[in-house]
Amino acid sequence: MTAATAGAGGARATAAPAAGSPPTKHPRHLLDLAGWTAEQVHALFDTTDVMAQVMTRTIKKVPALQGFTVGTLFFEDSTRTRLSFERAARAQSADVISFAAGGSSVSKGESLKDTLKTIDAMKADLYVVRHAAAGAPLQLTRWTDAAIVNAGDGRRAHPTQALLDAYTFRTVFPGFAGFEGVELAIVGDVAHSRVARSNVELWTKLGARVRLCGPRTLLPDELGGRPGVTLTHRVEEAVEGAHAVMALRLQTERMAGGLLPSLAEVRERYQVTRARMRLAHPDALVMHPGPMNRDVEIEGVLADDPRSVVERQVANGVPVRMAVLYTLLVGSR
Amino acid sequence: MSDTRHGGDRPTPRTVLRGARLVDARGDHGIHDLWLAGGSVEGIDLGGDAELEIDARGLVATPAFLDPHVHLRTPGQEEKEDLASGLAAAAAGGFGTVVSMANTDPVVDDPAIVADLAAQAAALGLARLRPAAALSVGLKGERLADYAALRAAGAVMITDDGIPVVDSHLQRRACEYARELGLVIQTHSEDPSLRQGGVMHEGAVSHELGLPGNPAEAESIMIFRDCEVARMTGARVHVAHVSSERGMRVVEWFKAQGAPVTCEVTPHHLTLTDEAWRAFDPVIKVAPPLRTADDVAYLRDAVRRGVVDCLGSDHAPHTRAEKDRDALRAPFGLPNIEVAFPLLYTDLVLAGELDLARLLELLQGGVARVMGWPAPTLAAGTPADVVLLDLDTEAAVDPAAFLSKAKFSPWEGRALRGWPRVTLVAGRVAFSRAR
Repeated sequence: MTAATAGAGGARATAAPAAGSPPTKHPRHLLDLAGWTAEQVHALFDTTDVMAQVMTRTIKKVPALQGFTVGTLFFEDSTRTRLSFERAARAQSADVISFAAGGSSVSKGESLKDTLKTIDAMKADLYVVRHAAAGAPLQLTRWTDAAIVNAGDGRRAHPTQALLDAYTFRTVFPGFAGFEGVELAIVGDVAHSRVARSNVELWTKLGARVRLCGPRTLLPDELGGRPGVTLTHRVEEAVEGAHAVMALRLQTERMAGGLLPSLAEVRERYQVTRARMRLAHPDALVMHPGPMNRDVEIEGVLADDPRSVVERQVANGVPVRMAVLYTLLVGSR
Repeated sequence: MSDTRHGGDRPTPRTVLRGARLVDARGDHGIHDLWLAGGSVEGIDLGGDAELEIDARGLVATPAFLDPHVHLRTPGQEEKEDLASGLAAAAAGGFGTVVSMANTDPVVDDPAIVADLAAQAAALGLARLRPAAALSVGLKGERLADYAALRAAGAVMITDDGIPVVDSHLQRRACEYARELGLVIQTHSEDPSLRQGGVMHEGAVSHELGLPGNPAEAESIMIFRDCEVARMTGARVHVAHVSSERGMRVVEWFKAQGAPVTCEVTPHHLTLTDEAWRAFDPVIKVAPPLRTADDVAYLRDAVRRGVVDCLGSDHAPHTRAEKDRDALRAPFGLPNIEVAFPLLYTDLVLAGELDLARLLELLQGGVARVMGWPAPTLAAGTPADVVLLDLDTEAAVDPAAFLSKAKFSPWEGRALRGWPRVTLVAGRVAFSRAR
């Protein structure tokens, strides 16, 4: 592992299309990143740069999506993600309708299709969908003409989180010169993590390598099958020389489910700490998709350390999601 | 199995099936006229007048199929299926007799329910119904149901199918008691604690898709227990829907020791894999789950080698709305009884993997052996339960045309051959489809 791989040269070779050429055709939905090319992702990041600039203005609003309606369908609660999407829609002057399914007819056994059909009568152009079941956003594409953005489905995918993580690395890592040679370590409950799955998909697509780390109960061997991905059960091995270290939220119910021993043992063996970060690349970033359990998966003081970019991740969520909404609604027309 | 009440008091016309190729467990008898009268096979190439004449030229006449494993959802879940729709669907699939599972609402743990189901079904005159009864009261896995009374009412099998019997002691006592009554015990062999909330086979695909997995070992471990209890008690135990190589190897191991066990496989476990989950359509959500291509290959090989005793469709209808739920909340089970034969004829026989005779054995004599019934043939004097199969015409699976209430299918649009044209039960036409 050399320490210099990430900073080896000047400007990133831009993948943006030449002026006058037609824009690359991206998929109609953002369900995961499987159908997106690295080129399309870089183009999205370029759009994100523009959106990020908007968010620095006194008046943080542009008319880009005026006349469009964005619906947020959260079958599973996530105030943070929902607010981030709604901010991203309103900052571009889109109308927003919100549907929170917790405690509604959905929990009484209404089918996914019936729920969507009811909401769809309100004629949104795009739905942002969070669901506890993998594949639910894909199922919805069968029953509506609107575009679907996956805001997290079960353990499967959370593509905008991965996009904002990679975008954050791109904008914050000193001397960033592309993802080739970058080593990302993801530590914790990988098996249950849609964030981990989407980051593996995205970062390897962009040319980085990903090390997945966790106890065997939370890191099945099958997750190591992809090129550019390695597995380890030793956190020191995962962190050594890494350019970014991402700690995943550890849900305490995993202990009750027999997947983990005591919290103390988990901390001892897998916590991302200041001491362990000394093994990483000198400029390594500490990332966390939130919400954090301080002093469980991440040492509390490390979260406040200058190299922690947790707040930058949250802040970048808005321009990344602005770019996603813009690209899906306008970019293809 | 002749049932004089079947079809009520409607007359049984003297019928001739003209120019059929007659195939049964005794062999391929060539082209003849098959005569039926009074609910039985009368004979071959007889003379006299026929009240009903069926042109069977170009068709194969063979004993109607038997299915040891269907869910007809009656009583209590008639929105999914009822006796009329389920038994019509069975006849459309070429089945003359089906064994219905007991996981209804209320559960079939009461002799009155068994008798009522049998009487209602007989009056319909479609496929014959032979109800299974619950192993435990209310399928709760706590107390034995009244097997003797249930048998007297017409129950032919004991099973908590749908819900594995967790308590090994209860399984033992059920086997001991059923043995003395000559009843076969059917098991849904999955260890619930290892299966957990798994909705699909646990493996590379489930980890990639992020869906909760159900490992093959949840099946093989429970099959081991169920076979070991069969050996211990001497009871006849029939392992339902074996889905994995590991599970099948356990069955083979016990069979090699002479344990009194039999097993079935389903049409879906022989033709679909966990890769189908990539489309995220819960229509293919079944228990036990669809396994890998290696498992499918092993099951097919076990069918060829004679380890598999019979097919069981595990026809398990649900409403479309229930299957339009998400992957976690959609119910387990799919309808397949109307496509079972064409599917397996096309994918196994026409593909050169299996002889037609062996496929028929799995649907006729194999089931009879498991159930302790006489093997069906076309011999004079046997029940006139006959299916006419069109092995040549190709047609696409059209779920909208299903007679089952569950009008969806993972094989929708598949071009298949081997469609049943006419199914006769007790000498009467229970189903016919225009050519």
